[in-house]
Amino acid sequence: MNKQQNSMMEWIDKRFPLTATWKAHLSEYYAPKNFNFWYYFGSLALLVLVNQLLTGIFLTMNYKPDAGMAFASVEYIMRDVDFGWLIRYMHSTGASMFFVVVYLHMFRGMMYGSYRKPRELLWLIGMAIFFVLMSLAFTGYILPWGQMSYWGAQVIVSMFGAIPLIGDTLSNWILGDFMLSDAALNRFFAYHVVTLPVLIVVLVFVHIIALHETGSNNPDGIEIKANKDPQTGIPVDGIPFHPYYTVKDIFGVVGFLIIFCGIIFFAPEMGGYFLEDNNFIPANPLHTPDHIAPVWYFTPYYSMLRAVTVNFLGVDAKLWGVILMAAAVVIFCFLPWLDRSPVKSIRYKGPYFKIALTLFVISFFVLGWLGTKTPTPLYTLLAQIFTVIYFAFFLLMPWYSKIDKTKPEPMNVTK
Amino acid sequence: MRMIKILLLAVLLIPFVAHSSSQEVELDKAPIDKTDKESLKRGADSFVAYCLTCHGADFMRYNRHRDIGMSEDDIRTELIRTGQKTGDLMEAAMRKKEAEQWFGVAPPDLSVIARSRGADWLYTYLRTFYQDTSTYSGWNNLIFDKVAMPHVLHHLQGWQTLEPETGNLVLTKSGTMTKDEYDKFVADLVNYMVYLGEPHAPYRKELGVIVLLFLFGMLGLTYLLKKEYWRDIH
Repeated sequence: MNKQQNSMMEWIDKRFPLTATWKAHLSEYYAPKNFNFWYYFGSLALLVLVNQLLTGIFLTMNYKPDAGMAFASVEYIMRDVDFGWLIRYMHSTGASMFFVVVYLHMFRGMMYGSYRKPRELLWLIGMAIFFVLMSLAFTGYILPWGQMSYWGAQVIVSMFGAIPLIGDTLSNWILGDFMLSDAALNRFFAYHVVTLPVLIVVLVFVHIIALHETGSNNPDGIEIKANKDPQTGIPVDGIPFHPYYTVKDIFGVVGFLIIFCGIIFFAPEMGGYFLEDNNFIPANPLHTPDHIAPVWYFTPYYSMLRAVTVNFLGVDAKLWGVILMAAAVVIFCFLPWLDRSPVKSIRYKGPYFKIALTLFVISFFVLGWLGTKTPTPLYTLLAQIFTVIYFAFFLLMPWYSKIDKTKPEPMNVTK
Repeated sequence: MRMIKILLLAVLLIPFVAHSSSQEVELDKAPIDKTDKESLKRGADSFVAYCLTCHGADFMRYNRHRDIGMSEDDIRTELIRTGQKTGDLMEAAMRKKEAEQWFGVAPPDLSVIARSRGADWLYTYLRTFYQDTSTYSGWNNLIFDKVAMPHVLHHLQGWQTLEPETGNLVLTKSGTMTKDEYDKFVADLVNYMVYLGEPHAPYRKELGVIVLLFLFGMLGLTYLLKKEYWRDIH
């Protein structure tokens, strides 16, 4: 039997590098042995992606991308399709959990300096995935064609309208109509089920290839490849990804599924944060809801959009808001070059970085919370203050990361 | 490090605690029990009698009421009043076009109304109609100003007027029900509309318990597996 298997593998390996690929990416890919809690979120993001792709296929089988039928077809899935409610909740909860997992994954990178040399490109590919994910979330949220789908999309599309000279033409071109209508629903459906999923799968593949080229960072932020066993050439602090991290990630997956299923089965709307109350009202172009709020994962940026209230330098406040919002997302791309600290990990960085990162996290949450609220003068002031803090984290980084008092990095990874 | 984890956990719990809702009038808590099938049946009966004439529940099929313990025959004799089949959708008797002419707006579909408005809102709304000569229908509502819908249930609840000084509603002429009877009637109706919004909800929770039990078992097993493999590291 074994002999037969071997000859079979030989036959395949002569035609496709199966054994070599298995070794390079799993059984002989050496990962640092000191991964902690924060290192679950990469594999969990992959899990959620697969969940979205699979449940998405089944939703597509029953959903109708037609302004007159979309809302009813979602309720048809919820009621008449066998286990349609489960598939739909898996997909809607998956969308929110995708952002939870990706935000934590990015925060991990910021804590341990995973964006630093030699992983700048890995970080940028990751950012590209994040942009595609945001587009997927936006185009997907339109599909149920409820009030929030409609008016949330209206807000986003009107942002393109704020661009001088070409704004109106551009938003008409995007919508395929002079207002948000069936034409837009159809094209957003096409983006959501074809263009963007293909893009994200390709980018995730490229992300993993780049990761396996540089090797993983770790909570100590030191390069395990710098310290190899002279005989075997294997990093002293490295262990094969398979089986060690495959079994560890399986444990992480089950832990994640407990939370995921807890939401799906017991709180699918998550108190109106994952599925908004108003989205159970069919879209009505003639009736603007009193209060438009995007889903929670966009609210920090939505706050920044609303935070700009004055025109300056001859530019409209709305356009400044749009610019600020776009900058808030894109600015992550510059992290590899903004950080001038001699060490990578928060474990060896000084108090300035720790305070800055804490303030950044607080501002992210406060802005997120404010984005769900109807603006009042106090809330707008708060949004302005925390927007400044948010940007200060990035823009002052070259300065505070350089003068910060760091600790020496160890030679080997620590527990 | 531990600090950050605790902070993070606290922040993740915010959505559970801080559900935002801005309402000027305090809503009454709807006294409903989603597992009470008798209440759901009474609610279904009232819904068909009073709501379904003008409002549809276009996403709901009659035969789905097997969920709440009704047989095909029960459904055919008790719920269906317009000669439909049990597999048909619960559509309104009134035509949308005509309704729009009569009321100014077409009455909204009620299939998922409990999911957008919430049980407490519906419970309060159906009990706070008052007479108001300034409106088109002669009725107004405490939590839905100038609502187009007249108070269809006034012969049950009675006639209320608004005391401008206190903002309270007073009963000027009683209906066929006492206050307690009417509150209970509305509670049954709201209970039914909550069921209508998500008919599978009880089954969803049942299944959820099994799924979570399985996953907790798996958590233990995968932990042991991980521990066994990792013994040779460090």
